[in-house]
Amino acid sequence: MWRTVKQIARLGFRSEAAPSCDDAPRIESERIQRQLLAILGRALSIREVDAGSCNACELEINALNNPYYNIEGLGIKFVASPRHADMLLVTGPVSRNMAQALRRTYDATPAPKLVVAVGDCGCNGGLFGENYASRGRVANVIPVDVAVPGCPPPPIEILRGILTAVRRCRNKPD
Amino acid sequence: MQIAGFRLDLERLPAPLPIWRATVRADTWLVVARAVVDAGGRLVSLWGSDRTRGAAGCLVASAAYALNEGLVWLDVELSGRVATYPDLAPLFPCATRMQRALADLLGVTAEAASDQRPWLDHGAWPAHYRPLRREDTRRTPSAGRAVVDYPFVRVEGDGVHEIPVGPVHAGIIEPGHFRFSVVGEKVLRLEQRLGYKHKGIEQRFTEVPALQAHRLAGRISGDSTVAYAWSYCMALESLAGREIPERACWLRALLLERERVANHLGDLGALGNDAAFVFGLAQFSRLRENWLRLSNEVFGHRLTMDCIVPGGVAGDISPAMAARLIGQCAEIESDVRILRQIYDEHSGLQDRFMTTGRVSPELATRLGLTGLAARASGQTADLRRDQPWPPYDRLQVNIATQCNGDVAARVAVRFDEVFESLRLIREILSRLPSGEIRHQIHLPGKSAFGAGRIEGWRGEIFVALEWDGENGANSIRRCHCHDPSWQNWPVLEHAVIGNIVPDFPLINKSFNLSYAGHDL
Repeated sequence: MWRTVKQIARLGFRSEAAPSCDDAPRIESERIQRQLLAILGRALSIREVDAGSCNACELEINALNNPYYNIEGLGIKFVASPRHADMLLVTGPVSRNMAQALRRTYDATPAPKLVVAVGDCGCNGGLFGENYASRGRVANVIPVDVAVPGCPPPPIEILRGILTAVRRCRNKPD
Repeated sequence: MQIAGFRLDLERLPAPLPIWRATVRADTWLVVARAVVDAGGRLVSLWGSDRTRGAAGCLVASAAYALNEGLVWLDVELSGRVATYPDLAPLFPCATRMQRALADLLGVTAEAASDQRPWLDHGAWPAHYRPLRREDTRRTPSAGRAVVDYPFVRVEGDGVHEIPVGPVHAGIIEPGHFRFSVVGEKVLRLEQRLGYKHKGIEQRFTEVPALQAHRLAGRISGDSTVAYAWSYCMALESLAGREIPERACWLRALLLERERVANHLGDLGALGNDAAFVFGLAQFSRLRENWLRLSNEVFGHRLTMDCIVPGGVAGDISPAMAARLIGQCAEIESDVRILRQIYDEHSGLQDRFMTTGRVSPELATRLGLTGLAARASGQTADLRRDQPWPPYDRLQVNIATQCNGDVAARVAVRFDEVFESLRLIREILSRLPSGEIRHQIHLPGKSAFGAGRIEGWRGEIFVALEWDGENGANSIRRCHCHDPSWQNWPVLEHAVIGNIVPDFPLINKSFNLSYAGHDL
């Protein structure tokens, strides 16, 4: 036990500032939390759906949970069910075998039902495109609010996409 | 070459590892398979191709066997209206799903196979569409259909109930369906249904220029991008008869070992987390992030995608960068040593790890378990040691093995492999030869076969490539990519028998198999 405590104490607090949106980075995380509360009235819950990716996007989405990005510290968490989620974070291309599951996940998500498509494949089908087994970009199957390009996009860009979708949510009709 | 006293007329492919190819008749197909079993060989992959050209040519089923001497790639030509080939499943249980996939993709079936349910085809593809048939590849597919129900095997009896899980899972992981039959908390049976991520990659390969298809190969399974890209490039270079510069070989090995460390760091953290030791996830995910950030600085990509290119590598590293990479090995090693001690001494963690999800060495041999998971179940196989290709022929890789075959053993193998890979990285960087990093590749103006074989972090990646250079076609005729997850997914079904449902995520993570690499 003392080794565990020693390691924690030795490393200290490693979280970094969230991506700046032209304000001073120091106040950024506080600002994000305030915005989430102002817009959603609660913390942001995300359900991640892999609709056919190569898994690289999932590796980078997982990285958002590491101590540097500390996404839970910003009031954002990944949840186990679409019924608990404000937002779907979807990677693609959407395979035909996953299209129905993705559609059902979308239907099960309550308002505001934000959708962020992550990665080049989610944005435009990527290298895989559309064929007998692939429906291509996420927007071909469910409505998308924000698309984050990159192959895979680094965690900080994914976080930026998530925050952009939340801000746009203010203008989204229910 | 002889397989257990059986002579075959084999053609040696010009690959850096010993790989032979031959065409056999249907009756010889089974004789050779039995000889491979007798010689202690393994089935690496089973696939098929459409080699028709107008009225000539035929459909072909292929198998790749791993033997002590190297890899043997056998083709059997299928003729007649009903294209079938002899069933390999009685000899190699892992053949079952590969044969079912082959039936979905090419419309050829194993004779009298006991399980003929569709595997990759969930009913959503256009009707009567066989994606690897040339006539279907050329036509625009009709509209897709709705997925159909799958006939799972039912377990009957008092108190048995089913738990369906997926395809959308609770965590940030890939999609697949698990059907548990349980009594109380105890798992009686697990049946997997995979194929949700099938996106037609093998057909796509035939539409992409061969000198750019390494990018597609590098996106078959994102966590093994280096292993796939190297395997594909090895196949392409082998059919072009071109060797790569020595420095490029060493840089490729540097990338492969860095990929291994990155994945092991991620898994070690996730395994702690799945046993409710969140500290482990925080610590290891920090180390992994440090690792990826330096990859981004040195190689220009956090996961080192597209760094391996046909003919060599995309970029060189400076002595200053090499020094930083060496320095990072020391930092990571000292942290991982501390964390290993913490893991080893944590009684709650060890209680969850030990005896959980056990695969005995006998079962591992019988089912053909491969890669990291196999080394945790007493199988001493690692291509880097057994068939060392450059630069591994100059590096003396020490392989990690354990005999218990439980989650704890798979954790221990990962720790040992992290230390060994860190040692290899330092050695590679200190002995890095000078010179060019890339050769031009000229593809031949005729038909040619090439193959690539790499020990990725999860296990053996195999690529079989057919090039068509005749009459200016200059295209990939067939590119088959094999992920070790094909062998290991069915073993996971055995590993969970008798365990409790809450241990499944832990057992699953300890294998960490690829859905994308399997579904293709």
